[in-house]
Amino acid sequence: MKEKRKEDREVIIKLEDVFKFYKMGDVTVKAVDGIDLSIKKGDFVAIMGPSGSGKSTSMNLVGSLDIPTHGHIFLDKENISELTESELSQIRGKKIGFIFQSFNLIPNLTVKENVMLPMMFQGIDIYEREAIAQELLEKVDLGDRADHYPNQISGGQMQRVAIARALANDPEVILADEPTGNLDTKTGIKVMEFLQKLNDEGKTIIMVTHEPELAEEYADIVYWLRDGKVEKITKRNHKFNVEKEERKLEHIKERKKKLHIEEEEKQLIQKHEHDKHKKLKSKKKVSR
Amino acid sequence: MIQDYFNLALKNLKHRGIRSWLTLLGIFIGVTAVVALISLGSGLKLAVSSQFGVSSTEVITIQASGVQYGPPGSGAVTPLTVDDVNAIEKLSNVKLAARRNIGTVKFEYKDILSFAYSASIADGKYRKFMYEEMDAEPLLGRLLKDDDVGKIFLGYNYYAQEKGWGEKKLIPGKKVLIQDKSFEVIGILEKKGSFILDNAVFMNEKDMKNLLGYGDNVDIIIAQPVEKNSVDKLKEDIEKLMRKRRGVKIGEENFIVSTPEASLKTVNSILGGVQAFIVIIASISIFIGAIGIINTMTTSVLERKKEIGIMKAIGAKNNQIFLQFFIESGLLGLIGGIVGATFGTLLGIVGISGINSFIGAELKPHIDFWLISFALLGSFSIGALAGIIPAMRAAKLNPVQALK
Repeated sequence: MKEKRKEDREVIIKLEDVFKFYKMGDVTVKAVDGIDLSIKKGDFVAIMGPSGSGKSTSMNLVGSLDIPTHGHIFLDKENISELTESELSQIRGKKIGFIFQSFNLIPNLTVKENVMLPMMFQGIDIYEREAIAQELLEKVDLGDRADHYPNQISGGQMQRVAIARALANDPEVILADEPTGNLDTKTGIKVMEFLQKLNDEGKTIIMVTHEPELAEEYADIVYWLRDGKVEKITKRNHKFNVEKEERKLEHIKERKKKLHIEEEEKQLIQKHEHDKHKKLKSKKKVSR
Repeated sequence: MIQDYFNLALKNLKHRGIRSWLTLLGIFIGVTAVVALISLGSGLKLAVSSQFGVSSTEVITIQASGVQYGPPGSGAVTPLTVDDVNAIEKLSNVKLAARRNIGTVKFEYKDILSFAYSASIADGKYRKFMYEEMDAEPLLGRLLKDDDVGKIFLGYNYYAQEKGWGEKKLIPGKKVLIQDKSFEVIGILEKKGSFILDNAVFMNEKDMKNLLGYGDNVDIIIAQPVEKNSVDKLKEDIEKLMRKRRGVKIGEENFIVSTPEASLKTVNSILGGVQAFIVIIASISIFIGAIGIINTMTTSVLERKKEIGIMKAIGAKNNQIFLQFFIESGLLGLIGGIVGATFGTLLGIVGISGINSFIGAELKPHIDFWLISFALLGSFSIGALAGIIPAMRAAKLNPVQALK
């Protein structure tokens, strides 16, 4: 798996000299003021910045929710800055999975129906939708909550449903906007672990956050924005690194200790060991 | 795939508050009115017709009436006489003119006293004509003949309905007391569905004259035209003759000449008025209902702005959002329609059974599958049409704005 994480990986998202201006009365707000960035398949990218730095607008542009005032945005080599709204919707639905700070599940639909919804918009038939949704819910450990309504589950569970929903159409890119913003540390970690797992499986993750700790801990590349411009880019070694994994584990441990939840800690360590084992196995397969 | 949108719309409707359902009242009232009106249909017509004594055969009836002016009670009714009957029969375009007397009589059976409406039957060729005019067929026993004395036949209700005389029904062979005189029942008429015929006591002219002592006075003259198409002309001729005989001017007639068409016209104009009124009410209700749906859908779009944003973010195209709100709005109308059609049909059934017990008929409500389908399709369409503008607003929402 990690073999893919080399410099020759394909570029999946590319912003070329992108500007986004808003008019508020007589004032033009330069929300994004000339950004260039390119994200490769399998990257875990964090977009950091204080509020008003343009990170939300950048996120909307990257997620094809919005089109730029100037410049080009390429998603999988396609110039999405020239598409109509419906074409954008189609692409979003297929290639991008969204995770929001406030979960944004549809309250009138059950957990499973929420996960099925993006597939419905892609015209997938109902039986397939149900099967995939169930599978995805099991993946986020919520297989037994399929028929619950969003108001019957906790915030952390809602965010995991949102992750399952984001995965519904097997997108290339997962866009997470402050995914742990509304969660406590413990549940936040669990959500981040799921995102990390998805990244390990090859998904490109783009996360907007204002928590530098979170960005540095999980992301391979961090774009620091200020006043609508990229202020700096920090990179981390992409190679699969046991030391790094150990460090991460230590970090989690420390946090757990703070929370005095020993039971949870044991489970997490066990799970991590198991995952590491699996990763090593799959790594062997790929290299063969 | 369209099915998915219906499912989604149903899900959303299920979670709607009472506010949304109240806006359906208009559609509900409109559909109820239309469906009830049509379900009652023929029953309503018959109910009105029977009150006017409309007959289906081509005959003209002549009755005396009070003067048309002056204070109430000042104009005594000058009765028709046998001479009038003969004069009318002498008209060249009259085939037959028969006399009929009617009266209210004391009717006693098994020591239970009631009052009944009695009608006379004339002799000879007139008898056959009168039986034809009434379309009289015996259900039990037989009808009267010329030489029957002290005998009667009865309308269907004497046989079918317990008129308070216990389990024993009145059947041919039983004796009853009329004005304290004994009469033998020889027949029961088939059910006519008319309040008058089903409750009447029929006896020969001679018997009735002896019983009530009206001499040569006649209550109703029934005239049969020579040619069926000449009814209107004959009506004019009879009116002219009667004005001359009774010495009155045009416009001051103290008699009424009626043709089945004229009566039918009256019935139809009354029914038409009632129907037009109901249709107007229904249209207004449906119009208000449509506005209600526009209102509730617009509110819904505003309330669910974020939801629309989410759906767009996860890949819903504008037309898919439009379709969802459009169908939801149509279903809202359809639900109003379903409740209305059910209620309207029930109202029709209750109405018809009411008419049945009132006029003693055995009518069935007119439950028209096509009408109901049309009403349901119509209410869906009205709902959907009302939803177009709100649905377009929903579809056009900018996802970034909607998600804020």
